[in-house]
Amino acid sequence: METVTLTIKNQPELYLEADTIAPDAFAGKKAEEIADLPVYVGREQHRLGDFFEVSGKAGATPEETKIVVGGDLSRVKYIGMKMTGGEVVVNGNADMYVGAWMQGGKITVNGNVDAFAGTGMKGGELVINGNAGNYLGAAYRGDWRGMQGGKITVIGNAGSDIGTFMNGGEIVIGGDVDVHVATHAEGGKIVIKGNAKSRLGGQMVEGEIYVLGSIDLMMPGFVYREDVDVDMDGIKGRFALYEGDLGERHRKRKGQTIYAKLYQRIEA
Amino acid sequence: MAEYLIKNGFVFDPVLGIKGDRVDVAIKDGKIVETTALSSPKVIDAAGKTVMAGGVDIHAHVAGPKVNIGRNFRPEDKLFGYKARSGIERMQGGFSVPTTIRTGYNYARMGYTTVMEAAMPPLYARHTHEEMRDTPILDQGAYPVFGNNWFVLEYLKNHEIENAAAYIAWLLRATKGYAVKVVNPGGTEAWAWGLNCENVHDPVPYFDITPAQIIKGLIEANEYLGLPHSMHMHANNLGNPGNYTTTLDSFKLSEGIKPNSKFGRDQVMHHTHVQFHSYGGDSWANVESKAKEIMDYVNSHDNLTIDMGQVTLDETTTMTADGPFEHHLTELNHLKWANADVELETGSGVVPYVYSPSIKVCAIQWAIGLELALLAKDPMRVFMTTDHPNAGPFIRYPRIMKWLMSEEARKQQFDAFKHKDKVIDATNLANIDRELDLYEIAQMTRAGPAKSLGLAHMYGGLAPGLEADVAVFNFNPNEPYAPDDIEKAFGSAEHLFKAGVQVIQDREIVSNGNKRTLWVNAKVNENPQVMRDVKEKFLRYYTVTLNNYEVTGHYLPNPYVIEVDATE
Repeated sequence: METVTLTIKNQPELYLEADTIAPDAFAGKKAEEIADLPVYVGREQHRLGDFFEVSGKAGATPEETKIVVGGDLSRVKYIGMKMTGGEVVVNGNADMYVGAWMQGGKITVNGNVDAFAGTGMKGGELVINGNAGNYLGAAYRGDWRGMQGGKITVIGNAGSDIGTFMNGGEIVIGGDVDVHVATHAEGGKIVIKGNAKSRLGGQMVEGEIYVLGSIDLMMPGFVYREDVDVDMDGIKGRFALYEGDLGERHRKRKGQTIYAKLYQRIEA
Repeated sequence: MAEYLIKNGFVFDPVLGIKGDRVDVAIKDGKIVETTALSSPKVIDAAGKTVMAGGVDIHAHVAGPKVNIGRNFRPEDKLFGYKARSGIERMQGGFSVPTTIRTGYNYARMGYTTVMEAAMPPLYARHTHEEMRDTPILDQGAYPVFGNNWFVLEYLKNHEIENAAAYIAWLLRATKGYAVKVVNPGGTEAWAWGLNCENVHDPVPYFDITPAQIIKGLIEANEYLGLPHSMHMHANNLGNPGNYTTTLDSFKLSEGIKPNSKFGRDQVMHHTHVQFHSYGGDSWANVESKAKEIMDYVNSHDNLTIDMGQVTLDETTTMTADGPFEHHLTELNHLKWANADVELETGSGVVPYVYSPSIKVCAIQWAIGLELALLAKDPMRVFMTTDHPNAGPFIRYPRIMKWLMSEEARKQQFDAFKHKDKVIDATNLANIDRELDLYEIAQMTRAGPAKSLGLAHMYGGLAPGLEADVAVFNFNPNEPYAPDDIEKAFGSAEHLFKAGVQVIQDREIVSNGNKRTLWVNAKVNENPQVMRDVKEKFLRYYTVTLNNYEVTGHYLPNPYVIEVDATE
C-alpha cells in the first residue's frame, strides 16, 4: 500500500469542500497530480495543492492507497466521501460529511467530526476516536436512504439525530448521545454505551437500539415486553426489551408482527 | 432579424410529407420561408445530419405549485446535480423536478421548443405563470383543471352546457389558461370527503353527479366554445390493476361528438398518459397489459388522441391533481407524501417513486407504454410523453426514441429485468417487431401534438409560414447506427432555432430565446347568471377576492393570445 500525506498549510477563508480527498480520486496519481485535483470554496474552484502540502504517491488502485491528512481540518468537508476502498487517516478535527456515502475501505479520525459523518453510508468502516456531531449515519436531508451498511464506531459522544432513516449497518457510540436516535429507521443496529436522552426510535419500523446507560424519557410508542439476557460483541448483561414504534406500520414474518427493538441494560 | 439557410440535411417533416430527403430549410423574420425569399442568409451546413421541426410536448408538469412542492420536499433530487452559471447559461439544478432554468435548457437540448404545463390549479395560476415566465426559450401554455371544480359540477349536474362554457371562457381569461384539463373527474372532490370515484358511474358525494356526466359535459362545453385543443383527459381509476375498462368507458363518452374547431384538430378528447390506464388483472400480483384492447379502440376511433406516459425506469417524483391516487401510492411505497386541497377547484398530491427494473410491475409498466406507441396505426394521434415527471423525467425522450426505433434496444432492456419471463408473459411487447422510423417519431413528437393542440398553424412542421422552430441533430439515418447512437444524437441537438433565433449552436446554448406564453381568449355571449355565481362564490367561499385572482400584466411579459369567438 502506498501512502499520500496531506498537511494543511493554508486555511480556507470560508469552508473547503474537498470530496476529492479519497483513495478513489488519488489512485494512480503522483503528488503533483493530486495537488491539481479540484476543491471548492463557495462557488470558487481551487486546487487541492493551494491548501495542502502533498507528499508521497498513491497506489495503482483505491485499495492500495492510504491517505494521511494532518493539521486543523475543522474547515474541511467531505473527507473520504463516496470512497470504495483503501484507507484514510485524519489526524485532527474534521468538519461535516466525513465518510458520507462511503462504500468500502476504512476511515480513522483521530479527533472530532462535525455533523453528517457517514451519511448514507453503504459499507466500509468509519472509526472516530473523538466525538461525533449530529446526524451521524443518517440520511441526507429529505432522503429516505440513511446508513445501509458498514460500521461506525465513535469512542466519545455523539450528537442528535443519529441513524435517522437507517436501514442497515451498525453504529457504536462509546459515550452519550443527544435526542432523536434511529428516527424512521427500518433496519440496522445502534449501540449506545453511555446515556441517552429522549425520543429514541420515533417512527422506527425495524432495527435494534441497545442502551447501556440511562434513558431520560421513553417514547410512548414503545412498550415494555420482557427482560432478556444479551451477550453480543462484548456487550453482556440483563436488558429490558421494549418494542415499537406502535404508531407505525410493521410488516409480518411467519404471522408474527416485526417491531423495532429497544434494549436497555438493567444489570451488567 | 437574421436569415438562416439550413442546407443539405436529411429532413423529416410530416407536414410537408418529407421522409428523409435532402431539403434546404430557410428562416426569415422568425418564420419558415421559401428558400427563394432569402437575400443573404447565414448558412448552416446540415450535411449528414437530421433536420426536424422543434418538438412539441403536449403534457408535462413543469411549472406551478405542485412542481414546486416536489422541488421543496425533495432536496435529495438536487444533491450533486447543480451546475454553476457559465456563459449565457444560468445556474441549474434538480433531476426529476429541475429548476425552471434547467427545464428550459434541457428541453432545448432535445430539440423541443413548445411545452404545455398539463395541470394548473386556477387559484394558483399566478404561481404557474411566474414559473413559466422564468423558464427560458420554450413557448408554453397551461391547462387549468376543471374536472372537480364546484362551478362545473353544479352546471353540469343540470346539463347547463352554455353556462359551463361561459364559466370556462371566464376562467381561461382569468387564469390565462390554454385548454380544459380534467383530472380524475369527481374523484379529487370526493377525496376531500376521504372518498374517490373509481369508475365513470361512481357518484360524487354531495354534488350528485357522475364522472360520466362531467366528462361528457366538458367535451360538449369545449366544442360549444370551439377551443383550439380538445378536452384533455386524465380518467378515473389511474394506476389500478383492471382499470382498462374504466379507460374504455371514458373513451366511449366521446362517441358521436364531432369536433367544432377552426384550428384543424380532428379529436374531441385527448386522453393523457394512457400507460397508467391500460392495466388488466385484479391485483399487483396478476397485473397485465391491456394495451392491445386500448389501441384497438384508439385505432378505430379518429376523434381521439392519446399520449404514452412512458415509464423510463428512473427514480422520479410523481405529482398529480389526482389526490386520492397519490395517497394510494404513498401507502404502497411508504415514501413521503404531500397533499393539498385547492378550495373549490381541485387538489393534488406528490410522492417520490422509484421505477426499478428489478420490480415486475415497473417493468410491465415500461412495456405497456411502448406497446401503445408501437400498436398505433396513426402516429399523428399517439404522442410521446413521460407525463413528466410522473412516469419519468422528460430528459429521457431520446431514450424512448431508442426503444421505439430499435427492437434490439428493447431486447437489451428485457434482458436487464430481474423478472424478464414474468414480464414477457404479462405483456405483448416481446412479440412486437415494429421499429418506428424518424418520420413516425416526428409525427409523434411534432406534427401530431401540434395538430391536437390546435397549433398546426404555428408549430410541428417546416412548411413556409410556420414558426421557425427547427432542430438539427447529429444523426445520419442512412448510415448504420447502434441503438445508443439514437439516444446520444437526439439528446443533444447540434443546432436549434426558436422563432428564428438560434438558441443552440454547435451544442452550446447561445441564447435564452424570447419565450411566449400562449393563452386562449374565448368570447362568449354575456352571461349574467354565471358572472353572478362567480361573484357570489368568491364572496362566500374563496380565501381571495376576485381582484387578487386574475392573472394580468407582469405575469405574462410576452403573451401570445389565441382568439376564439363563440358568440354566434
